[in-house]
Amino acid sequence: MKRRTDDVTAAAGGTSGRTPNARRRGRNGEEPMVPRATFDSYYGRPVIKAPGWSARDIAGYFFLGGLAGAGSVLAAGAHLTGRTATATVMKLSSLAAITLSAAALVNDLGRPGRFANMLRVVKPTSPMSVGSWLLSAYGPCAGAAALCAATGRLPRAGVAATGAAAVLGPAVAAYTAVLAADTAVPAWHGVHRELPYVFVASATAAASGMALVLAPSCESGPARCAAVLAAAGEISTMSAAERRLGMVAETYREGRAGRLLRAARVLTVAGAAGAALYGRRSRTVAVGSGVMLLAGSACTRFGVFAAGVASAEDPAYTVRPQRAAKDREGLRGAAGCA
Amino acid sequence: MTHHLLSGPEHDPARDAGHENAPPRVGFFTDTSVCIGCKACEVACKEWNAIPEDGMAFTGMSYDNTQGLGASTWRHVAFVEQSVPTGGGRTRLPLVSGGGTGGGEVRWLMSSDVCKHCTHAACLDVCPTGSLFRTEFGTVVVQDDICNGCGYCVPACPYGVIEQRPSDGRAFKCTMCYDRLGAGLEPACAKACPTESIQFGELDELRERAALRVDQLHKEGVTDARLYGHDPQDGVGGDGAFFLLLDEPEVYGLPPAPVVTTRDLPVMWRHAATAALSLMGGFALSFALSALPARTGRTRTGRRGRA
Ligand code: SF4
Repeated sequence: MKRRTDDVTAAAGGTSGRTPNARRRGRNGEEPMVPRATFDSYYGRPVIKAPGWSARDIAGYFFLGGLAGAGSVLAAGAHLTGRTATATVMKLSSLAAITLSAAALVNDLGRPGRFANMLRVVKPTSPMSVGSWLLSAYGPCAGAAALCAATGRLPRAGVAATGAAAVLGPAVAAYTAVLAADTAVPAWHGVHRELPYVFVASATAAASGMALVLAPSCESGPARCAAVLAAAGEISTMSAAERRLGMVAETYREGRAGRLLRAARVLTVAGAAGAALYGRRSRTVAVGSGVMLLAGSACTRFGVFAAGVASAEDPAYTVRPQRAAKDREGLRGAAGCA
Repeated sequence: MTHHLLSGPEHDPARDAGHENAPPRVGFFTDTSVCIGCKACEVACKEWNAIPEDGMAFTGMSYDNTQGLGASTWRHVAFVEQSVPTGGGRTRLPLVSGGGTGGGEVRWLMSSDVCKHCTHAACLDVCPTGSLFRTEFGTVVVQDDICNGCGYCVPACPYGVIEQRPSDGRAFKCTMCYDRLGAGLEPACAKACPTESIQFGELDELRERAALRVDQLHKEGVTDARLYGHDPQDGVGGDGAFFLLLDEPEVYGLPPAPVVTTRDLPVMWRHAATAALSLMGGFALSFALSALPARTGRTRTGRRGRA
């Protein structure tokens, strides 16, 4: 237990006071015999358990999965429009990203040797089960598309694999938002409507960043355009998410999460602006912008992850919104009876 | 509120999970008004289930050095010390001289916490391997030969019950003594409880008994007595293990209005599908825009076959 109880009281009491009743005995100046937070929480202890996942593995997986999935769409578009160099590098990038992300997932298991149990059942109520099946369909497609493009063999199979990866890719990029949101973690579940859009915008930024880094500038028109769309999408969906969260939005602004998400905003906007304004003229700027977009996307995922952990570790973020919801319900109930 | 198998009242979760001829659903009613904080339940649970030691600490949290439920703590007795105003029909304890402030008194609330064996259990819903399952008794149990330690159940549980054991990697929690139930015995904690604070039995019967107990306490002037987790209409469809509390749930470290987040899964998948389509749309738009004749006159070296 690192958090002291008076920190919790400060966190709970110092916020905008959206909870209708700033209730509880012991708040009103009398010298408390026991920690004041006892009245809002049990010795400041978290109500729910934060995920035991390592940020490197799981936030890293969110980033890499997005990069791979969105990259497959970009690759298919490039393939279709004759931007062969872009298509090839993006297919290779998607294969590398999805391979790394699968490795991160297995590495994060408590029993890595039992990873195959993920495919023991098909369970639509478990986003992780859905995701495992999705990955096992997407991975081979991304692999085949990359191998055919790199070797120039079996072009027809390559086209089919490219198309399949482009259809499955967006699902790979979006489902991780559901994975995070289908938990009791206040900063994730609270934005279960917005998070998928944040994640696909971030994935688009990453993929277009990768294209700017790897592909020749003469082919990078679509990537530059996508980078701008992604940046606009990410900024607007993130602010919608924060509005939805009310007091829990603090977790997106403070501490490690706050730093990461501020960095993400700066990097994404700067990357998109650089790409749009000078990405065609200067190869150096294109590469620099691409790196910023990639870094921005990673910061978004690590920031959202950190916000979730912070919101789980502080009982205020579990208790206060639930209390507010319960009081609202109570009022409705009373009105109904009257 | 939408009603589907993911949330809302659900009379017979065992049958819903495919157990034909399931016995009646069983559960715990923990009446904290008679808990004396002896921790016999904690000890009996550890002993019967052969749960490893998980650290010794002096926490300064009253008599509670266990701290909370976890992978190696399946029953946890909470000790709440409260400064309360005199009167109000509360249990009153005489103060040590000089200990009082502002004319208040101190009361202890003690409560033995446990896995709630939710009607709609988030841990079970999100488990990707099928390791967590619904037993014929309507309880929720982890099969440790299948669990691969993905850890998804941990943040999914709205009560912070289930946890991965660091030395092992897999997730563990209360089984309501599945082995004892199978042999017609009651769980070890209920067996050990000397005051019948922990009552085990058929859930329907326990709910009736609990309602009577609350009425009785209210009549005796204990107006703060309330049930927690008994209501099939609540966010998890009612708990298989529910409580009689003497203060707000958060005082005991319990969430005031928990929900099974799987309730929102249809909405989440819908938004994810829309988001996935918008990702495709965004790239389609990007390719379309860059296919417009380049105004600067620089063309893409004639490589483009189809626009
Ligand atoms: S209390 Fe938590 S661990 Fe127990 S059944 Fe409900 S969701 Fe699962």
